Amino acid sequence: MVSLKNVIDEEIACQEWFLPGNSCCAGCGLEIALRWAMKALGPKTAMITPASCLNVVIGLWPKTAPNFSQFNMAFAAGAAAATGVSAAFKAKNYKFPGQGWDEMVSICFAGDGGTTDIGIQGLSGAAERNSNIIYVCYDNEAYMNTGIQRSSSTPHGALTTTTPFGKERYKKNVPAIMAAHEIPYVATCSISEPLDIYEKFKKAKSIEGCKYIQIFAPCPPGWGYLAEESIEIARLAVKTGFWILYEIENGVLTLSKKSKSLVDPSKRVPIIEYVSKQKRFAGISEKTLIEIQERVDHDWEKIVDQLECQSR
Amino acid sequence: MTKVELTDFVQNKETQIIKGNVAAANAAKSARVQVISAYPITPQTTVVEKLSEFVDGGYMPGTQFIKMESEHSVMAATVGASMAGTRTFTATCGQGLFYMYEMIHWAAGVRLPIVTAIVSRGTAPPWNIWADFSDVISCRDTGWMSSFCATHQEIYDEILMSYKVCEDYDVLLPKFVAYGGFILSHTSKPVIIEDQDKVDGYLPALPDEKGWPHIWIDPERPLMHGNLIMPSGFYSEFRMKLHIALLESKEKIKNAAKEFEKVFGRSYGNGLIQEYNMDNAEVAMLAYGDLALQMEEAVDQVREEGYKVGMVKLRHFRPFPTEEIIKLGKKVKVLGVIDRGIAFGSQTGGPVSCEVKTALHETEGTAKVFPMMNGIGGREVSLEQQKNQLKLLVKFNETGELPKDMIYGTYWDGLLEVE
Repeated sequence: MVSLKNVIDEEIACQEWFLPGNSCCAGCGLEIALRWAMKALGPKTAMITPASCLNVVIGLWPKTAPNFSQFNMAFAAGAAAATGVSAAFKAKNYKFPGQGWDEMVSICFAGDGGTTDIGIQGLSGAAERNSNIIYVCYDNEAYMNTGIQRSSSTPHGALTTTTPFGKERYKKNVPAIMAAHEIPYVATCSISEPLDIYEKFKKAKSIEGCKYIQIFAPCPPGWGYLAEESIEIARLAVKTGFWILYEIENGVLTLSKKSKSLVDPSKRVPIIEYVSKQKRFAGISEKTLIEIQERVDHDWEKIVDQLECQSR
Repeated sequence: MTKVELTDFVQNKETQIIKGNVAAANAAKSARVQVISAYPITPQTTVVEKLSEFVDGGYMPGTQFIKMESEHSVMAATVGASMAGTRTFTATCGQGLFYMYEMIHWAAGVRLPIVTAIVSRGTAPPWNIWADFSDVISCRDTGWMSSFCATHQEIYDEILMSYKVCEDYDVLLPKFVAYGGFILSHTSKPVIIEDQDKVDGYLPALPDEKGWPHIWIDPERPLMHGNLIMPSGFYSEFRMKLHIALLESKEKIKNAAKEFEKVFGRSYGNGLIQEYNMDNAEVAMLAYGDLALQMEEAVDQVREEGYKVGMVKLRHFRPFPTEEIIKLGKKVKVLGVIDRGIAFGSQTGGPVSCEVKTALHETEGTAKVFPMMNGIGGREVSLEQQKNQLKLLVKFNETGELPKDMIYGTYWDGLLEVE
């Protein structure tokens, strides 16, 4: 586990790569996710951003907040475009050896809509080919850029403008789908654990092949809580076990520090603590609340099963 | 078109008897493309197969071939690779082209010099995989250049010429190189594969490690592309500049064809159009794609019967050679336009005949336009039919008489009986 001192010792990490003056909402989870990811990656990065809030918060032309190469891209095209950039780096390194093209990182930074819905075909293709990219899904659990419509990442019971009585279906488990592709690295992060984000991106950068990282990134206007509560909401998601922090390296699952103890159900904060703080769960029935809690416990059972299976 | 005898080829060491698709793959190899991204679709498949052999077999060192999972991703990856400053190539057609349509616009919007071979085929439903240029023509307003090939050799040559035009700093636009599915893609003919040094001389490697002047990836000079732009911003101006670049590419196309002729000895008219047997022609047929090649034979035979007919091959659809068509309109009395592609609900139904009518409408005393349509969905067009088409132009010129079975002003040749 990296400490804050490790971060301070790195010149690149001390700099900001996503500059102030961007147009993120106050308390935006995406901003924290991007800032900490870039502290680990540094400037030798080319980022593809398919349609999402990120396309807007970087600034209206000609203003631009990212202090690194970044390209807007069509909604479903993120993983494929990043694959093209990565292939070009390889081709350029062949033609112009020793100029650092092999150190360049090709990354796609997409929202949950661009990842779990419209972009999943391209993402699956990149994973199956094991394209040398880092694919990041900042997960705010709905189409926030277009005004809070449901995505397949929206959790059960949540109100969105297209689920006015709460979503019936459950959140799609994309990290598990990615792990099923047998790519070298899958990880989950939360904006409440920035050092964990930093460490996981550092690791992803050092691995050749397709890396997938999903960052839990609460959205104050979309979820209905005060801007200053973002970190607290994200922390509760981890503490309740609703969002599990782990890594899957070459198929081997490891729980991250903040989630490790939650294998014991009694250590998990009851889900109501998390749900009751957000307007998107307002008016939720007791039945739905029980279903959400059952889902959390069920997800954990699967994690425990896998850990036991690995230790056998 | 210069007619080349088989003996010319046999004497030439680099000549190979190959399919049109293999000629396209060879052109990508000769052009030393650095990144290829493709997804198979009939009848383009053998382009992908040949390129796989070239790349995986080590004949294209350093070239990356991304075997994609869909056409949308193909163009996305091609855009990514081109943005990073590499020479890129792909090939598709029909449904595949329609599936990548969103990214087609993206490629032109970023002003990327991507060359894409289109092995044209019919549009579903019902399923159809045979020669029909409706696919490439449906990308008319995307900001891409588009050209048609009539021969196997022209496929190889046109791809080389296209990189030259696309990568010109005043152009920086993508381009389609279209040829008829199966008719050219799956038949074999002698094709001269040029000596690599000679090709390198005509089409040098990219200027430096950076790539294109307006966009390159450099950690020391971070840039962004494609930020949201308000209506009061420069959006209109960006679009206007793209339009101008496309129009001004005409001169570059002409220069590329001229230089090509100088280096390789093969002429393609002025690059935009190519005349055949137009001396003292009273009527002329504007044709494109493989049907233009067969039309040459039809013109020869009808001329032997004593009719003053000629043919003009349309090489580029975008940019459209308006000036050349206006000149042509002054030269002949009747200008037939034979389309193999449909513009539903338009004035004539034929995309090129509509363009020709638009080009000529302000010119006084210009030729009468005779729109024709044939070969849709790969239906065979015989030499006899083409001779008859030419004679219809002659008859219209002499008597003013049009065939009785015109469909909304257009002569549809070779239709089956329908109720």
